[in-house]
Amino acid sequence: MHEISLAESMLQLIEDAGHQQGFTRVKTVWLEIGQLACVEQESLRFGFDVVTRGSIAEQARLEIIETAGQGRCGKCAQSFPLTALYESCPACGNYDVEVTGGDGMRVKELEVE
Amino acid sequence: MHFRSREAKAETDVSTLRIVKLEQDLLAKNNGYAEANRRYLSAHGIFALNLVSSPGSGKTTLLVKTIAALNETQPLAVIEGDQQTENDAARIRAAGAPAIQINTGKGCHLDAQMVGQAMQQLGLPNDSLLLIENVGNLVCPASFDLGEAHKVVILSVTEGEDKPLKYPDMFRAADLMLLNKCDLLPHLEFDADLAIEYARRINPRLQVIRISATSGAGMPEWLEWIKDGCRNAVAAKPEASLG
Repeated sequence: MHEISLAESMLQLIEDAGHQQGFTRVKTVWLEIGQLACVEQESLRFGFDVVTRGSIAEQARLEIIETAGQGRCGKCAQSFPLTALYESCPACGNYDVEVTGGDGMRVKELEVE
Repeated sequence: MHFRSREAKAETDVSTLRIVKLEQDLLAKNNGYAEANRRYLSAHGIFALNLVSSPGSGKTTLLVKTIAALNETQPLAVIEGDQQTENDAARIRAAGAPAIQINTGKGCHLDAQMVGQAMQQLGLPNDSLLLIENVGNLVCPASFDLGEAHKVVILSVTEGEDKPLKYPDMFRAADLMLLNKCDLLPHLEFDADLAIEYARRINPRLQVIRISATSGAGMPEWLEWIKDGCRNAVAAKPEASLG
């Protein structure tokens, strides 16, 4: 359940932005999550609801934007969509695959007032 | 009347709403603390390892044996992560190494801020070895950089061969895998070659040492790997911090 920690980090980013940019209430949070990121979305939603109680993001809508995993073969340099970390290169079958996208988690933007 | 006033309120709400761009990584804060730890460690020639595994992989026993073998010649310290109890730190101290226990409570992993505080409390000597035993959990600790030189994942042969496929994030984050409890292989149906093949599908650069903390098999190779890392950490120490 590191999703609780991630939810706390998310709230901290939001509160820091609130202090800097002078908003006191958050209505919507757009969060980008890579398909290969090590996170369980439902747990993160639950964690977000729990940690935001009594904060400026209480009852904010959490919009999760899922981004596709991307890999590049270390042997033939082919780029391809990667849906799991144990997949091999579809062109040459090699397992030396570098993850080039879709493994991050970032707060994109907020709707605030 | 009632509905109209609610609509009117909704309109004023809309007018005050705005969009704020953030574009910030959820792990940015932890990564910042981890970088600070890494700078401190490298300035002091300290070689730090983050040991990760499932519960029951034999991590603490391995650590105790490692300490017993190195303690005479190598200054070292241990940070122990567990949800509850001081038991593991007590075992480490009995083996002769200074140890700090971090109880994460409900938390399932160590983070870089906790480790930074523990490092300051321990007062690590220059050119030492820091062993960080993470909470027994193959999922969460993968995401949290602590500032270590390497993550070392311990897989024991009493687990399933396909654990690397089931928990790929951890095996991808690690640089070395210790395949532990190898003395039990004759009694099990565990296919060690297959487990290693699976782990290298996830991470082709993963180094592997077959080891048994109980029988001592593979221990010399593991100890040599640590000593190499310590020598490199000392050699890479910036000139300014010498003396």
